[in-house]
Amino acid sequence: MFDSLSDRLTETLGRLSHKGRLTEGDVDDAMKEVRRALLEADVNFKVVKDFVTAVRERAVGQDVLHSLTPAQTVIGIVNEELVRILGTEREQLRAPDRPPQILMMVGLQGSGKTTHTAKLAVHLRKQGRSPLLVAADIYRAAAVNQLQALGKQINIPVYEEGTQASPVQIARNGVQFARERGLNPVIIDTAGRLQIDEPMMQELVDVRKAVNPTEILLVADAMTGQEAVSVASTFHERLDVTGLILTKMDGDARGGAALSIRSVTGVPIKFIGTGEKVDALEPFYPDRLAQRILGMGDIQSLVERAREQTDEQEAEKLQQKMERGSFNLEDFLDQLQKIKKMGPLNQILEMIPGLGSQLKQAKAQISDDDYKQIEAIIQSMTPYERTHPAKIDFSRRRRIAKGSGRNQGDVNQLIKQFEEMQRMMKQFSKMARKGKMPKGFG
Amino acid sequence: MLLIQADLGWDISQQLVAELRASVDANGIADAPVAKEFLRNDMVRLLELATRNRKIKILQRGVPFVVMVAGVNGVGKTTSIAKLTAYHQRFGRTVMLAAGDTFRAAAIDQLKVWGERLNVPVIAQAQGSDPAAVVFDAMLAAHNRNIDVLIVDTAGRLHTKSNLMDELSKIRKVMQRHVPDAPQEVLLVIDATTGQNGLVQAKEFASSVAITDIMISKLDGTSKGGIAFAVARELGTPISYIGTGEKAVDLAEFHPESYVDSLFFGEGELQQD
Repeated sequence: MFDSLSDRLTETLGRLSHKGRLTEGDVDDAMKEVRRALLEADVNFKVVKDFVTAVRERAVGQDVLHSLTPAQTVIGIVNEELVRILGTEREQLRAPDRPPQILMMVGLQGSGKTTHTAKLAVHLRKQGRSPLLVAADIYRAAAVNQLQALGKQINIPVYEEGTQASPVQIARNGVQFARERGLNPVIIDTAGRLQIDEPMMQELVDVRKAVNPTEILLVADAMTGQEAVSVASTFHERLDVTGLILTKMDGDARGGAALSIRSVTGVPIKFIGTGEKVDALEPFYPDRLAQRILGMGDIQSLVERAREQTDEQEAEKLQQKMERGSFNLEDFLDQLQKIKKMGPLNQILEMIPGLGSQLKQAKAQISDDDYKQIEAIIQSMTPYERTHPAKIDFSRRRRIAKGSGRNQGDVNQLIKQFEEMQRMMKQFSKMARKGKMPKGFG
Repeated sequence: MLLIQADLGWDISQQLVAELRASVDANGIADAPVAKEFLRNDMVRLLELATRNRKIKILQRGVPFVVMVAGVNGVGKTTSIAKLTAYHQRFGRTVMLAAGDTFRAAAIDQLKVWGERLNVPVIAQAQGSDPAAVVFDAMLAAHNRNIDVLIVDTAGRLHTKSNLMDELSKIRKVMQRHVPDAPQEVLLVIDATTGQNGLVQAKEFASSVAITDIMISKLDGTSKGGIAFAVARELGTPISYIGTGEKAVDLAEFHPESYVDSLFFGEGELQQD
């Protein structure tokens, strides 16, 4: 896929550094790479232009020309600028003047409004509140049913009037319903619409006038391209959007649209959606998104994916096993399968920062098929052999090779590699305990 | 900038501009309209390369023509299915739908609503059931009722979820047990507003389910669906349909010339069949 900006800059600026001094032209080249990286991440081209101008100014000011590591300096500036635009502080949902708090969800078709209506409700209920969902999408086939089904699933009440009433009326009655029953917040799901569809946009304006929402949340797909700006600015002009929810961040889109929207409208990003489950809603961290936009790896997401696959007790047990050197082939297989669940191998590798240039080589060497090979070999072992790898003698190896359809060399190699790994693990974990290793390295 | 703005992406924009520059230099063109014409022709050619790969599909009597519709979440698969249904009905074909999205809340209801509106049978099981089982039933039913076209809905899935992508191959296998060359059409729906990620999506879907055709949905907005160019160049998968609204009739076959002219050069209407 895309090379990371870091690699490109290292290449552009790196090959010139032996001249001892970089020229302004070199900085121009570097800026071109920055521009390209942002465009490839779907940041709007106008936003990119302003951004690059700002970075350039700072870069010249900070004497990138004399820096020993110009590439790193530029990256640093880019990163800081990104975070500055994305917002350095976490934005909370606004509190209403008087309850209930009314949240209105708006956006294009298919951005994930209905799903995020439910997610937001679950999130707020965790804070001890009792939300009401209002089904004001009367257009899309079965949209009301969808919200009802979600409401049932998460056990949160849904107010609906079918598809004959007007959204304005439904919203108004929904808020009234919540007031009478002391439900708070009220989350209104509206139909997806194009920002150029005038009657539909007017409808949102009318709903807004009728219920005076505390927050109008624009739900935007992380995969959106250049049009994000025109979509967001129209919605913002008409409705005074107060927050952004960026959805489908569990995919591999860079999410540059968020930067465009934020810098054009100034609307803060309040949440990101990271999955199809109702609890897959997270607060927004500008630094993470900045790194993601730059394709600089996303170690946090990697850690989180790994965490999804293991619970803490298991991890602790594993840690102890490693220390005692009793980590066996059974555990190894188990770990392999967990890694596999995290996604295709090359994708996992891409999330590791700093792997950049070695990545391509690594990719060529490790393929998903290798997993299968290793799996096959271990699965051809008896439980005893798996827990006592040292006991696997020549005849056992021959049998395993036959059983797994590999040749004996492969089996030998696997066992040898495993023993090597076991030794290293023992060393690492001892060092980690003594505090010789930085935290998180063991 | 026109090209970048339309989501064509960096590489293709550079390529097109370079080609344009080369032909301008080579032919000594100083005239803007002529240069524009060159660019237009280059763009059309790029798309036509892929469109030419479109296989002519023949409906056989007694064998259902199976269309499997896939895509990431929220691109408009179910609505596109309604449009495809109306499209095939216009040719007098009988259509049946299979509710293979057993995951998303009310996805089955959504398909059923369309089934009623268009008066076509919908084969469905309860939410949460195995989509492969639904497809199995639908294949049988399509056979028994002598249906011409069976359109299979699938749950939206991000191309990064390998287990969900495997599920698609499983559905495919189930189809092939009934009809060896099914699904005769595997349609990937891409949202016109999608940016550079669209290419990655197309690649991943292509590798797990061998997509045969692409549909660009939501072209009625301000988005130009420029990612189509990248997909056409990288994969060569033909773009066959475009979706332009929320009604069942809002589907057209894709014509590179009409598409390029109306969206990039502001001439003429986007052709509707």
